Formats: sequence, structure tokens, C-alpha cells
Amino acid sequence: MHTRHGAALAATLLAATLALTGCGSGQPSASSSAGSAKTVTIFAAASMKTTFTSLGKTFEASHPGVTVTFNFAGSQALADQITQGAPADAFASANDANMATVTSAGLNAGESKQYATNQLEIAVPPDNPAKIAAFADLAKPGIKLVICAPAVPCGAATVKVEQATGVTLTPVSEEQAVTDVLAKVQAGEADAGLVYRTDVIAAKDSVKGIEFAESAKAINNNTIVALKNGPQAALGQEFVDLVLSAEGQKVLANAGFGAPAK
Amino acid sequence: MTTTRRDPEYSGLPRWVFVPAALGMVFVVLPLFALTTRLDWSRFGELVTSESSLAALRLSLQTSLASTALCLLLGVPMALVLARRDFPGRQVLRSLALLPLVLPPVVGGIALLYTFGRRGLLGQTLFLLGVPIAFSTAAVVLAQTFVALPFLVVSLEGTLRSVGQRYERVAATLGAGPSTVLRTITLPLVLPGLASAAVLSFARALGEFGATITFAGSLQGITRTLPLEIYLQQVEDPDAAIALSLVLVVVAVLITVATTNYSERARG
Repeated sequence: MHTRHGAALAATLLAATLALTGCGSGQPSASSSAGSAKTVTIFAAASMKTTFTSLGKTFEASHPGVTVTFNFAGSQALADQITQGAPADAFASANDANMATVTSAGLNAGESKQYATNQLEIAVPPDNPAKIAAFADLAKPGIKLVICAPAVPCGAATVKVEQATGVTLTPVSEEQAVTDVLAKVQAGEADAGLVYRTDVIAAKDSVKGIEFAESAKAINNNTIVALKNGPQAALGQEFVDLVLSAEGQKVLANAGFGAPAK
Repeated sequence: MTTTRRDPEYSGLPRWVFVPAALGMVFVVLPLFALTTRLDWSRFGELVTSESSLAALRLSLQTSLASTALCLLLGVPMALVLARRDFPGRQVLRSLALLPLVLPPVVGGIALLYTFGRRGLLGQTLFLLGVPIAFSTAAVVLAQTFVALPFLVVSLEGTLRSVGQRYERVAATLGAGPSTVLRTITLPLVLPGLASAAVLSFARALGEFGATITFAGSLQGITRTLPLEIYLQQVEDPDAAIALSLVLVVVAVLITVATTNYSERARG
């Protein structure tokens, strides 16, 4: 019993050490390129979770033996991880600035392509307790409004809309991620939140979406690129092609993304 | 808290133990060292004294002190009851009281949301009473108290048990009432333990992140404590995040050193 435990522990430690050193050196691991089982790793903005997961299944179906793994997080965090040597095969950013971080480091294979746009929408609890009807309503006193912090893409878009409309928002909270804003609205804590149109669609009946014309003032460009240092860079490019294909575009449009502005 | 006295003649440790022990130490210390290597020292002063940093620091100190006070107010009686009274279900109550210790803080935050939130169990009543908790500094204090309370209870309960009841019994036989015994015997006896328990809960409150961001939100000067500010700066200005992290590391080191010295002295 004791020796078995000891052996298991040693194996775990060894595996952990290998994993650590593997990450640190940023070398493509030998196991993923050997044999027929391949894993392609896609780093994508958190807002792409539903659509890319579905496209991943499509990709796996058309590429037998290939597994698609995703790292969904804030675009900035992903861009930082990639420039720090994280082994990724493709990167989908929710805005241009974070894509620029990766391309200016010369890590892109080919040019980054715009594949979807996203714009803000007001999310309110289904019963809309504060009777929000337009963007200007968000500035009314006593409204518990939650928005993204200016440092993250959805917050930057919020600031742009504020500037374009001249409406000054006084939120009760500035969240780090658009999903956190949505969660506060879903819990009924907030009277309103500014999220992406796609988030409202994904949240189904748990929130009500209110579109506003001013959101056209801040459209987020979603861009994607294959990464040349990726362990499966060629497959990464194929995934990028799938996202840009008619099939990929259909999935994105169904989720509420706008077509890329060519 | 309780360490067995080491015999200076005999250490009785197999030599191989030192290898994983050393690895463990490196594992703990190396990341902290790495933090200092990435810090832009020339900007350190400017980064930690920026308006948002100072607001976060001030808020963190205020809320952590408030929640430590709340922990003392609720936790000392809890520890007394758990340590001094034997009643059916005590073990169950004890486990429940310590639950936040093992619960992921984000789960605590969600639980608090559905208790004190606007649509929560107590939230509606509180809201009608004119005490809106959501998105207020009070929410931060509640979140910190929730995660820090078990630290105070568990560590004070240990101290209470280890000092025993000898003097309390003597005082009682001499005619002292329970409140007098508590005030003049029990509390002075456990004072060193109580102090380190309070410092521990303060430290836990200072580092609280998950429950706060889930339950209280994040707004400068109101709910954005130091850990939340660090998380945000990680996106906005990583150098500032590193500088502020280092401030918390220094605070943590000071707290650890102070409590270890204090309890060693109290013991010796």
C-alpha cells in the first residue's frame, strides 16, 4: 500500500515537473506531433465560447484523430500568454489592440483577418424593474448599472458610446469581464448592464436585451490569426479557415455576431 | 499553533526528507522572488501611490479592520461555546462553522449574493429597511467576514482547549460568576492566542478576492479592494499590478513574522 502510494506520488511529481518544464521552455511537446492523435490549441476571447466550441466539434468531425482544445479568456490575458510563449496554434481576439500585441511580436503566421463584429446591448432582468428603454435611461439617478472596466474591451466600447452620446454613466460596479456584468444582471442585483449583443442571446430568457442605436458608435472587431510557433500551426490555420468559411460565418451569425466589415 | 518541543540531541530525520523539503521551500519562495525581478523599481513609488492604488489600499485597510472587529464580536463567543460546552451536534456545528475555510471563496460570494443580495433570502427585508447591501462597502465587509471568521474560531478554539479550565474552576469555587471568570480568567489567559487569531483573520480579510468580486462588485473607493485592484491592473498596467502585489507580500511577511514571534514568546 505504502509503496504503491509512494510510486503514484512520485509519478505525479514527475509529470508535474515535466509539464512545468514543458511550459517554461515553450517547446512544442513531442507527444502531440507523434502518431495520428493530434491536439490543436485555440486561444479565443471569452465571448467566443459557445460558437467556437460548436465549430471545434465540426472541426474534429472533419479531421479524424484531431482534438481541438480551447483557452477562453480575456483577449488581453491571452495575448500576454502568447507573447510569453504559451503553445497556441491560433488566436482569436475580441479587439484590434490585443491582436496587435501578438502581431507586433511577429508571432502570427500570415495576416490577421476580421471574422465578426460585436456591439453593445443593454441587458436588464426579465421584468425590467427600472423600466429601462433607451441608453439615456441608464444615467437616471438610482439606477443600479453595472458595466465593464475601461481597461477591458467591453469597457472601452462603453466609454466610446458615452463619449459619442455625451451621456455620463455612474455605474455601481465596473467589472473585469463581460460575463461578470451579465451575471450581476441575471442575479437581479443590477437594474441594467452593458454587455455584447451575443451575450444577451446566449443568456436566453434569463435577461432581456434592449438594443440602442448608439451602440453603432463602438463596434468591436473580432480578428483571428494562426500562430507560427504553434505545435500544430498548420491545423491552426485550418481552424482559422473554418471560422472564415461560409459554415463558420453561419454559426457566428446565429449567435448574434455581425458580419465582418470588409 | 502547538509544536512539540524538539530534542536538541536527536533529530531523527532520514536525510532524504531534506530534498522534498527544500523543493517545497523553493516552490514557495521562488514565485515571490520572481515578482521582485519583474518589478520596475524606478516607478514603484509612483505606482503604489497613484490615486487608484491609494483608494484601494485605504479601502482594504478599512474593510479588513471592520471585518476583523466583526470576526471578534461573533467568533470569540463561537469559539467559547465550541471549546467549553459539550452538547449533542457540537461536531456538526463545528464543521459547519469551519465550512468557509474549505469552500472556494467564489462559492461563498454566490451564497452571500443569494442571502444578502437584492433578491436574496434576507436582501428584500434589508432593502425595505433601507439597508441596501449590494455594491456597497458593507458587502465587502460581509464577504471578508464570511471567509475570515473560521480562522478566528478554529485558532481561538485550539488555544482555549490547550490552556484548559483549571484556573476557571478555581475561580468558580471561590465564588466568581461565569461572566467574571470569563473576563478575569479566560480572556486574559488566551489573550496571546486571541491576538494571533485576530491577526490571521485580518490577513485573510485583506487577501479576500473571490467572494468580494462575486458579491460586492468592483468600484474604486467603494468596493475595489487591493486584490481587486491588482486583478484589474493586471490588464491595465501590469507593472502596477506587480508593485501592488509586492505591497501585499510585504504586509503578509510582516504579519507572519509578528504572529510567529509573538506566539513563540507567549509560549516560551
